[in-house]
Amino acid sequence: MIDFFQRLFGKPSSSATAKERLRLVLLSDHLSLAPEVVESLKHDLIEVISRYVEVDAEQCDVSFEQREKQIAMLANIPVLAMKARQAPRPPEPPSEPPAPPAPEPPPESIAAAVAEPVGAPAAGPKTPAVKRAPKQAQGSRPRRKRRKATSQPATAT
Amino acid sequence: MQETVVHADGEPARGEAREAAAAPQATRGRAIVITSGKGGVGKTTTTANLGAALAAAGAAVVLVDADVGLRNLDIVLGLEARVRHHVLDVLEGAVDVDGALVTDKRVPQLRLLAAAQTREKDDVDTEAFRDLVTSLRERFDYVLIDCPAGIEKGFANAIAAADEAIIVCTPDVSAVRDADRVVGLLGERRSVRLIVNRLRPALVRKGKMLSVDDVNAILHLPLLGVVTDAPDVIVSTNRGEPVALDAASAVGSAYREIAQRIAGTLTSSPEIPRERSFFEKLFGGRP
Repeated sequence: MIDFFQRLFGKPSSSATAKERLRLVLLSDHLSLAPEVVESLKHDLIEVISRYVEVDAEQCDVSFEQREKQIAMLANIPVLAMKARQAPRPPEPPSEPPAPPAPEPPPESIAAAVAEPVGAPAAGPKTPAVKRAPKQAQGSRPRRKRRKATSQPATAT
Repeated sequence: MQETVVHADGEPARGEAREAAAAPQATRGRAIVITSGKGGVGKTTTTANLGAALAAAGAAVVLVDADVGLRNLDIVLGLEARVRHHVLDVLEGAVDVDGALVTDKRVPQLRLLAAAQTREKDDVDTEAFRDLVTSLRERFDYVLIDCPAGIEKGFANAIAAADEAIIVCTPDVSAVRDADRVVGLLGERRSVRLIVNRLRPALVRKGKMLSVDDVNAILHLPLLGVVTDAPDVIVSTNRGEPVALDAASAVGSAYREIAQRIAGTLTSSPEIPRERSFFEKLFGGRP
């Protein structure tokens, strides 16, 4: 009965939570992206985006998500303020964002997209600060009968 | 006590009878490793029970404990008092393999090759272990290898000689994650099948435990069978009597069915134990 009320009030069952946690952890296992690599990627992302807009580095969140048949990288980076147009450019040529760390050549490329920008949850796809750039994530190890990640870039929500 | 080590010579085991038969390649026995990655999911219990069930059904079976340093298959089988030599004695030439095999008196078709308790997994030479298993395959219908937990040297030794693997996985996040890793390490060359162990159907119904389908949505393996979390298993392990030999036990029956699936004598897909709902219980309906 307690379970019934929990379900009624939207609290997910613990097995559903387990499924979701497993899904996420296996995704990262298969991507063979070590947590420190993800941390480094996050750091570099923030650095690049900070050249254009002021972001809340503390609230940044980078995660990977399985979508249908591809894996998407989601970066939720709250924007605090727009920078002035004439904001000083960084010393390096800023035309291209730096490539994410790629210690090993990927055996199988996985498309990822940076999406979910601007702290406001209602931010739609028209928000100008959206940064959408397909990135090459590290390949997962070859698996048996496993969903294959395609090389098409995932679209942002 | 003179009979503690029973030699295989002269016993009418089916595996030995085969030696005289046609081409050895065509009639070789099967080497199956029982593995999981995570410890404590029931690999040893599964090995003991599948071995007992296969042997009780008439096959010549040898169980090889590859968990050197943490030997337990002997005690689960209740044969611990009769082990005189272990796998490293054989590998190092101190005794021939027949001198180390222990015959289970309840099921004479079942033999055990125990692990060394006071040695380390690194002491086992992978090539020599593979050769030993290969030689056992010539004489037995089934060589079941009880793999140690982990994915280090002991795991490498245990899987080296096996061309089939059975993954034992309990319905919890850590076991599934480790099983997923092990499936990747086993590679494409081997047949890999799944046993979901310690399922509690009542918890699954309440949404408090991963279901068999949840587990296999991640592992994508052919399902050999499901074993529920039953007190019989604990009691039988306490006594050193494989539950698969208990005709009255439901969980013993689950092991016997898995053994039949391994042997190919049962081809129906495994039934997944379900808890009946409140209304089904009330009206006596079938799940």
